[in-house]
Amino acid sequence: MRATGTFMRVAVLHELQYRVNFYLQLVQSLVAAGTALAVLALVFRYTPELAGWSRDELLVVLGVHVLLGGVIQTAVQPNMTKLLEDIRQGTLDFALTKPLDAQWLVSTRELRIWHLADVGVGAVLVLVGVVRNGGAGPLDVALFALTLLLGTVMIYCAWLAVTVTGFWAVRMDVLVELFDGLYQAGRWPVTIYPGWLRLTFTFLVPLAFAVTVPAQALTHQLGPLAVLAAAGLAALLLVLTRLLWQIGLRHYSGASA
Amino acid sequence: MTAVPWDGPGRRGSRHLLDFYLTTARTAIAEQFQYRAANYAYVIGMVVEPVVYLVVWTTVAQTQGGAVGGVTVGDFVAYYIVWTLVRNMNIVFTPYGWEERIREGHLSALLLRPMHPLHFDLAYFAGWKVVVIVLWLPIAALLSLAFHPTFSLTWARAGAFVVAIWGAYLIRSLVLWLLGMLTFWTTRVSALFELFFTLELLLSGRLVPLTLLPAWAQSIGAWTPFPSTFGFPIDTLAGDLDGDALVHGLGVQLLWVLIGWVLVRLAWPRAVRRYAAVGG
Repeated sequence: MRATGTFMRVAVLHELQYRVNFYLQLVQSLVAAGTALAVLALVFRYTPELAGWSRDELLVVLGVHVLLGGVIQTAVQPNMTKLLEDIRQGTLDFALTKPLDAQWLVSTRELRIWHLADVGVGAVLVLVGVVRNGGAGPLDVALFALTLLLGTVMIYCAWLAVTVTGFWAVRMDVLVELFDGLYQAGRWPVTIYPGWLRLTFTFLVPLAFAVTVPAQALTHQLGPLAVLAAAGLAALLLVLTRLLWQIGLRHYSGASA
Repeated sequence: MTAVPWDGPGRRGSRHLLDFYLTTARTAIAEQFQYRAANYAYVIGMVVEPVVYLVVWTTVAQTQGGAVGGVTVGDFVAYYIVWTLVRNMNIVFTPYGWEERIREGHLSALLLRPMHPLHFDLAYFAGWKVVVIVLWLPIAALLSLAFHPTFSLTWARAGAFVVAIWGAYLIRSLVLWLLGMLTFWTTRVSALFELFFTLELLLSGRLVPLTLLPAWAQSIGAWTPFPSTFGFPIDTLAGDLDGDALVHGLGVQLLWVLIGWVLVRLAWPRAVRRYAAVGG
């Protein structure tokens, strides 16, 4: 745990060298949020509600999507792209020889703090959406925090599972684009998608639990069953990706083999 | 290093130029077919965007009794299926790529060739399009099975579409080349690029068929090359444009190709003068 703290501090210090990047990132986050708001406005020019979701409720969904996207860009994606690169180049040796759990280590090496700008922008959107929607009680907020945490865990698992395929197939550098592309689908509640797509976005790429469910917590649409399902699926995915990681690692032959 | 501005292939050079295009395109095809798993991952990532727009707008259309602003559910499906091909035809050398070209000195190699570096990018990406079109056919078939588009195809529209997708390819290549060239003057370009792509998304027809935009946004868009690269080529195949509209659209495309080509010819020598390669 102390070692992990040190690694993270080094990662943060590394990023702090490039402060201008924070402003660039903030500008980009605001441009992206502005675009998303324009799209919402366009849709609601033509309809008062989308598959049972009002405009303010969709604002909450959008906010959660931006916020969680920021978390992924800060802590998950940079680690996974580094892992992919290490697998390809054979430099994963350096991580495997350290006396820490290798999966834990490769998942906590990088921290791109400037992407926290997205977390800030997303939080503002969520707040505006919740206030316009008539507020939320302490229980709603607690459920939101819990389901958001579970959702983050699930997205991490999905990312790791896909990255681990790098042990078998080289040149999977398109994975980032694949994942970014799929993640964009979460900007809208998964309930609008037709059945087969909804299943995909619930279990294969757990956008339903990561974005829609936390947003439902803040808009009084969440039942206890969904929370239990989220916890169950998160636990299951953690176990499965752990297994996959271990199988993948056996395929890794290192730099000199 | 001082670069000698390129002064054209001359009359004897035009056959060599054709040869160069064919060879570069063939190399690109061979290179891209190697990585099948990567190609499929890429295609899936690519298809998500139009499917999301498609689902959102067909949902809106269904709640409004089957059509939004005259666009029916089937029209939306046709629009976004054709979208997937047009979008892929539109992928050209990214303006973000110039930073690496300049920083790593790759540009030096391009400058040493006896032809304008634009030819290399045009030829290479044109070859890649062949791979893209092959990959697109099964995707279009699957999307058609899943969502049921309505097409009203005529020979004129099909012919115009074949020309229009290459027109879109040329225009976007030129425009993004011009945009990327800004990297020669400043390195903080990424925020500017984001802004450009945002405007393009909203005004080109990439996000939504142009007729659904507010009238003021449509008239702003009409002064940009954006509709020529997304909305128009998509509408040639998915919409119901008549002969006049087809000719008009193709004419506008030609105009933008000419404007883009003149601007590249003007800007390129000035940009290269600012380039100093490692060891130069």
